[in-house]
Amino acid sequence: MSFFGFGQSAEVDIVLNDAETRKKAEHKTEDGKKDKYFLFYDGETVSGKVNVTLKNPGKRLEHYGIKIEFIGQIELYYDRGNHHEFVSLVKDLARPGELSHSQSFDFEFTHVEKPYETYTGQNVKLRYFLRATISRRLNDVSKEMDIVVHTLSTYPELNSSIKMEVGIEDCLHIEFEYNKSKYHLKDVIVGKIYFLLVRIKIKHMEIDIIKRETTGTGPSVYHENDTIAKYEIMDGAPVRGESIPIRLFLAGYEMTPTMRDINKKFSVRYYLNLVLIDEEERRYFKQQEITLWRKGDIVRRSMSQQATIASQRFEGSDRSSSEKVPEPKEEKEDSS
Amino acid sequence: MSEPTVADTRRLNSKPQDLTDAYGPPSNFLEIDVYDPQTVGVGRNRFTTYEVRMRTNLPIFKTKDTCVRRRYSDFEWLKNELERDSKIVVPPLPGKALKRQLPFRGDEGIFEDSFIEERRVGLEQFINRIAGHPLAQNERCLHMFLQDESIDRNYIPGKV
Repeated sequence: MSFFGFGQSAEVDIVLNDAETRKKAEHKTEDGKKDKYFLFYDGETVSGKVNVTLKNPGKRLEHYGIKIEFIGQIELYYDRGNHHEFVSLVKDLARPGELSHSQSFDFEFTHVEKPYETYTGQNVKLRYFLRATISRRLNDVSKEMDIVVHTLSTYPELNSSIKMEVGIEDCLHIEFEYNKSKYHLKDVIVGKIYFLLVRIKIKHMEIDIIKRETTGTGPSVYHENDTIAKYEIMDGAPVRGESIPIRLFLAGYEMTPTMRDINKKFSVRYYLNLVLIDEEERRYFKQQEITLWRKGDIVRRSMSQQATIASQRFEGSDRSSSEKVPEPKEEKEDSS
Repeated sequence: MSEPTVADTRRLNSKPQDLTDAYGPPSNFLEIDVYDPQTVGVGRNRFTTYEVRMRTNLPIFKTKDTCVRRRYSDFEWLKNELERDSKIVVPPLPGKALKRQLPFRGDEGIFEDSFIEERRVGLEQFINRIAGHPLAQNERCLHMFLQDESIDRNYIPGKV
């Protein structure tokens, strides 16, 4: 902040090198607005320029240093003061001194680890951002630029179906089956409900998708449940021996991958809730957890690239691109 | 190994349904009618009774076709027993209509035809809602209400 035009003030701006080519992803912010942010994956390099623009040409800008940080942090809404940083990288761009004219500083955070997915929820948010700061005597000038990180997975090796017989003794027995236990975000839930015993008057049946966000640990655990979807699968009264099919397309719903115990701070889990409603509006339900994962758009290529980056990070960064690198897990192992 | 690009959305295999299951009577048949209101007694000792007829094929009911006469206070008794002994939320009864029992009314009070019909509908809704509840079906008081000639208020409460 400048004091009524005395002295010099500056504006800071962050521009990515690949701003023209990099994809953007939509993300809903805390106040419900949807915005687009640059999309990054684990292991990708974050590079660009910090542009410092002096507001009053001709005057010098005294500063105590210019730096840029790459931060990944978790913020619990009930404890806003404490940010839990799980990634914190810093690059010094200029030593304390003076700027006589507007200037641009290059930066590169090479092969940055981004272990978790960006998440904005009811009680917690996880974000990644770049922050450029000009340190000054009275107040710093800084600018933040949020990015969105997606975590990708591949088709799981084991993906058993869920099949179970449940009911109320002598009243209602059903067998439900869902074709998988792990679904990607654009997958289809294919299943069926088979009625073994029906001694109540069922009016209709629906399947709900419930998102449960868990924050806190130990005695102060808090669950926030949100019904993402309600999908009626049967209207009318079934009898013994009837089989009701389920076909639920997940792409139409706003969901995230399942997140388990992220940095020991929060979890986001998804459940299928099968609900039967009888003629007196009594509800009978059975909840079952499913695992959601995010499939990459061009899986083959990006997995190879990520594997290359990951192996370089693990073994040291001086491997040239012409060297053989271990193949990702799901392909045949190469002896290298 | 090639990954599937389009999800397989074909139905899961299921057993074909037995035709007697498909076209036979359903296993959840339960119908209770509350009808034929009769006012008995004279003067201030009058009260109205209703015929309560239950037809069912649920195995939990010993008799599949019963007919008994009950008055409003019998329904109240059932509601109280269920509220005390079972964990269910008992639906409401039609009103007690105390105002109608005060003297100097222009009409027949609680013996007015329109009122009796209103009450009959409410009692029928009440008993059907309750009798279809899986937890209420375990209570002795419900079975006694529906199937015994008269209600023994000194019975031993319990589960069937």
